[in-house]
Amino acid sequence: MRPTAPLILAAAATVIAAGSLTACGSGSGSDPDTVKVAYNRNTDNNVRFKDQFLDSMKKQFEKAHPGKKIELVPIQAPDDDYATKVQQMMRSPRTAPDLVYEDTFRINSDIKAGYLRPLDDYLAKWPAWSHFVDTAKSAAKAGDGKTYGVPDGTDTRGLWFNKKLFAKAGLPADWHPKSWADVLDAARTIKKKLPGVIPLNVYTGKAPGEVAVMQGFEMLLYGTGADPLYDPAAKKWVAGGKGFKDALNFVHTVYGEKLGPDPSDALDANINTTVGTELLPEGKLAIDLDGSWLGQLWLGNGTKKWPEWSTTLGQAPMPTQRGQAPGEVSMSGGWTWAIPQKSKNAALAWEFIQQMQQKENAVRWDIADAQIAVRDDVAADPKYLNSMPGIKFFTSLVKNTHYRPALPVYPQVSSAIGEALESVTTGDSTPAGAAKSYDDQLKSVTGGAVVDRTG
Amino acid sequence: MSTASRTGTAPGTVTGAGTGTGAGPGTGSGTGVRRQPVRWLPLAPATLLLLLFLAGPICYCVYIAFTDMQLTGSSHTDFVGLANFRRALSDARFRNAVWLTLVFTFVSSVVGQNTLGLALAGLMRRASRPLRTLTGALVITAWVLPEIVAAFLLYAFFRREGTLNAVLGWLHLPGQNWLFTLPILAVSFANVWRGTAFSMLIYSAALAEIPEEITEAAEVDGASGWRAVWHITLPMIRRSIGTNLMLNTLQTLSVFGLIWAMTRGGPGDRSQTLPVFMYDEAFNKSLIGYGTAVALLLLLVGSLFSVVYLRLMKVEV
Repeated sequence: MRPTAPLILAAAATVIAAGSLTACGSGSGSDPDTVKVAYNRNTDNNVRFKDQFLDSMKKQFEKAHPGKKIELVPIQAPDDDYATKVQQMMRSPRTAPDLVYEDTFRINSDIKAGYLRPLDDYLAKWPAWSHFVDTAKSAAKAGDGKTYGVPDGTDTRGLWFNKKLFAKAGLPADWHPKSWADVLDAARTIKKKLPGVIPLNVYTGKAPGEVAVMQGFEMLLYGTGADPLYDPAAKKWVAGGKGFKDALNFVHTVYGEKLGPDPSDALDANINTTVGTELLPEGKLAIDLDGSWLGQLWLGNGTKKWPEWSTTLGQAPMPTQRGQAPGEVSMSGGWTWAIPQKSKNAALAWEFIQQMQQKENAVRWDIADAQIAVRDDVAADPKYLNSMPGIKFFTSLVKNTHYRPALPVYPQVSSAIGEALESVTTGDSTPAGAAKSYDDQLKSVTGGAVVDRTG
Repeated sequence: MSTASRTGTAPGTVTGAGTGTGAGPGTGSGTGVRRQPVRWLPLAPATLLLLLFLAGPICYCVYIAFTDMQLTGSSHTDFVGLANFRRALSDARFRNAVWLTLVFTFVSSVVGQNTLGLALAGLMRRASRPLRTLTGALVITAWVLPEIVAAFLLYAFFRREGTLNAVLGWLHLPGQNWLFTLPILAVSFANVWRGTAFSMLIYSAALAEIPEEITEAAEVDGASGWRAVWHITLPMIRRSIGTNLMLNTLQTLSVFGLIWAMTRGGPGDRSQTLPVFMYDEAFNKSLIGYGTAVALLLLLVGSLFSVVYLRLMKVEV
């Protein structure tokens, strides 16, 4: 054997390793008259309302600002991959867009990483800012007290149920569960009376990403007691919480008793598309723990036209674990428009935000995207209030809603929750075992900043 | 997006190994010491570019592996020494990924691609011409398909409403979601399906090199069937076996697109090989430093495999 052989092999293997990590990133150009706008295009090619809205904003803007251009940079990917791609773009001045659409739960990580620039100077001179509700204003506020993004709506979550299936199973059309046990009882009844129908969908596992963690797990967790994930007084994350185990146990019950979708479907990355476009409209799913935006799929220009949905589906608030005060629970998130630190065209990008947030445009957007309004003037607009059946219901959930701890490590905590969910759903580990390995990961990602509530 | 660019690195792997092996004899056969500087001159621009675009990022990667660099959530990066490596070794998910990588490589590359490629090459030598052409065409089709296309084809084959279960149903056998119940075997089979052509080509070439007289002489001496294969054919193509195993293994170790598209490493961590684990840590969890350290450990696994082959086969590279 020649001595060069291992060297060559080592070099070859290094190339593999290096090649895998230095992927992505292209496109440059810093035309001072062009605003590059990065946003997430829906992975379903039939859903194009965001593209259409932004396209009409682009036309409006270019007409109002002769000589200036908007360049839309759609990124067609699931949310997790979209975030990764945008973060890679924002790392370098050559690739940084001038405006990005950011999920509120990721914005603080990106602020901490130095990707975004504060907007306070702009906001101070912007009359429309006073119409934004306080919770929404704080959604994109960092630890330094500065605001880094303009939210364009929010969302809430609750139980959707199929009234026709409920009637067949002998359950009430004005269903209003008071506790987790009530939800499980209804699901068990459906399993017994209507074989072939999936009784209850609770998103779970790693592949659906934040969909499973927020719509699924946290809707349960925040119904178990105060501050179950993060203790704001101690400024520490919560390990060993009983609520955490109880919530995992609920998921374990749903999939263990076969009340949910088949685990191999539930753990598919596209489960939320399947639920919205197949399972619910085709009457194969009785109860779905899901978001306020579902109606947008079935409206005029949505993916799956389903005009009867407003009479077929009912909505109920998700109850707390044992019905303890305030009796119901919801989670909220939403997206914001933010300007990257390395943008070379921030002032013009701000002009474009203002354009999109002119009241008429804001109303149009909240209707098109089935968003819950974050501005009092939009929320009071009759066009908004009558845009979709159920919008009053989901707006009413705002009073008992929770925001996720929007801290830089949250995405990693979320990822650890996804793993715990997956292992419970596949039966690879017990709820207690999964909670234990979550605690271990939590300690690792937070650098030990945890309070232990075991006991 | 990242998946697509990732798939793009697969051909790079082959080129990397290819140029490597090519350079070996080249440097050794240099004659005329005085002329050498002049002979290097035309290569200088290429060497410079290689240093800039290959060695540069590689050194950067090695550096990152010793830091706590993150994609988001932290604006500054500190040198952390061996912390990433220690973390990997104490991480149960990392150990699981190493184990699955070994299973995946052994089943799909060492046993599957290698043996099946040799068998196909042997059978094709005896087959009629049209049959040989047809088999060759089919196997090579699987090889030229882009990794991501092959992945979707096999996803469609293995999924619950897929072809495999349709065939099983037709035979009155029970079907199941193979990607869920036997994920690591499903992706291993996919890799065999895709990569066998390469082994087959190498072995076809090697078998064609065996002189007719030797085979005939063996037959005259009474050695036939398995004895002839074991005592004559295999020793004569020993070097090809070594080369093939090594190239196969190195490529299989870095398979990412196939697994990502078919199972995403799931369910649970049951098909999470090292490249998928590395992607998950570096890009889903934004821990670029840790992910790079895992990549370097993957390199170590690859080198170990190679050294073992080199020893076993005593081949010259």
